[in-house]
Amino acid sequence: MSGESALFWVLAPLAVLASVAMLFMKKAVHSAILLAWVMITLAIFYIALEAPFLGIVQIVVYTGAVMMLFLFILMLVGVDSSDSLVEKIKGIRSVAIFTALAFSLTLITFIARAELGRPSVGLEEANSGGNVEGLAQYLFSDYVWAFEVISALLITAALGAMVLAHSEKSDVARTSQKSRSIARFRGKSIATAAGLPGSGVYARNNALDLPALLPDGKPSDLSIAEVLHRRGDVAESKSYELEGLPKIDDEGNK
Amino acid sequence: MNPTNYLYLSAILFSIGAVGVIVRKNAIVVFMCIELMLNAANLAFVTFAKINGNLEGQVMAFFTMVVAACEVVVGLAIIVTIFRSRRSASVDDASLLNR
Repeated sequence: MSGESALFWVLAPLAVLASVAMLFMKKAVHSAILLAWVMITLAIFYIALEAPFLGIVQIVVYTGAVMMLFLFILMLVGVDSSDSLVEKIKGIRSVAIFTALAFSLTLITFIARAELGRPSVGLEEANSGGNVEGLAQYLFSDYVWAFEVISALLITAALGAMVLAHSEKSDVARTSQKSRSIARFRGKSIATAAGLPGSGVYARNNALDLPALLPDGKPSDLSIAEVLHRRGDVAESKSYELEGLPKIDDEGNK
Repeated sequence: MNPTNYLYLSAILFSIGAVGVIVRKNAIVVFMCIELMLNAANLAFVTFAKINGNLEGQVMAFFTMVVAACEVVVGLAIIVTIFRSRRSASVDDASLLNR
């Protein structure tokens, strides 16, 4: 077994496995990481196929720039925007899988039965003056027009993205200190008009996730930021609470 | 090794990408599947370049990469715009013409 075929038979199943797993990942971030792995595998294949320039470009452009962009947009749109698994069109999943299986089997059969009429030529001769030099020869002679058009396409895409993603102004009204102060006093209750209580400061602990203790020794939920409550990151305050104090209910009665 | 093995791999990856485009609902994942299909086509181009002993296949793959980069930039900008107005990146939610 030659080095190249060993490389292929190790990496190709991994690439197929990763791309299949990509379809089943519920979180888009996991799909992105698996796709990055498939792209790195393809870059290795390009280098094995005597295309070192494309292999490097694949890593720089795809795993570097494109996947970076994907992850960036994922963070912007919300990491936990996971898929709904409800089929909007009935049976589309099984139809899609069946069609894709049939399509790939057809392609594979065609490739297997295709008579190329000669063994693989290999790129030793074409790459004799260097792979990059050979590509440049084509790009700047036969394909110079396509090359120029593609530069125009890149500029158009950049401008289009700027126009599309540009937003004039955030539609959430900015609140000023004055309006927030007025809202505190005009609200339902003026219990918190002087501001919410700070988090707990104890002799042995002083952190944002420790609740402050009320006069009767109960922890105060208001002293912890809302986001910590939602994440369930509030620390245990049991060891700081005092025993034997008369309990006071929310109206202040003993 | 016979380079046609790479063509088989390319066909399989292309089909997997096609299934993903149809089955997944998250627009970003659909986009990633399109990227997978483009990459599979690129692998076929590079393999054909080796089979024919000609660098033109690699030139085509190079052009495909540039077009894919443009497509990703514009497509993600569209997704961000849709997300801004509809608060969702699901392809099923953008169905105004359906109602």
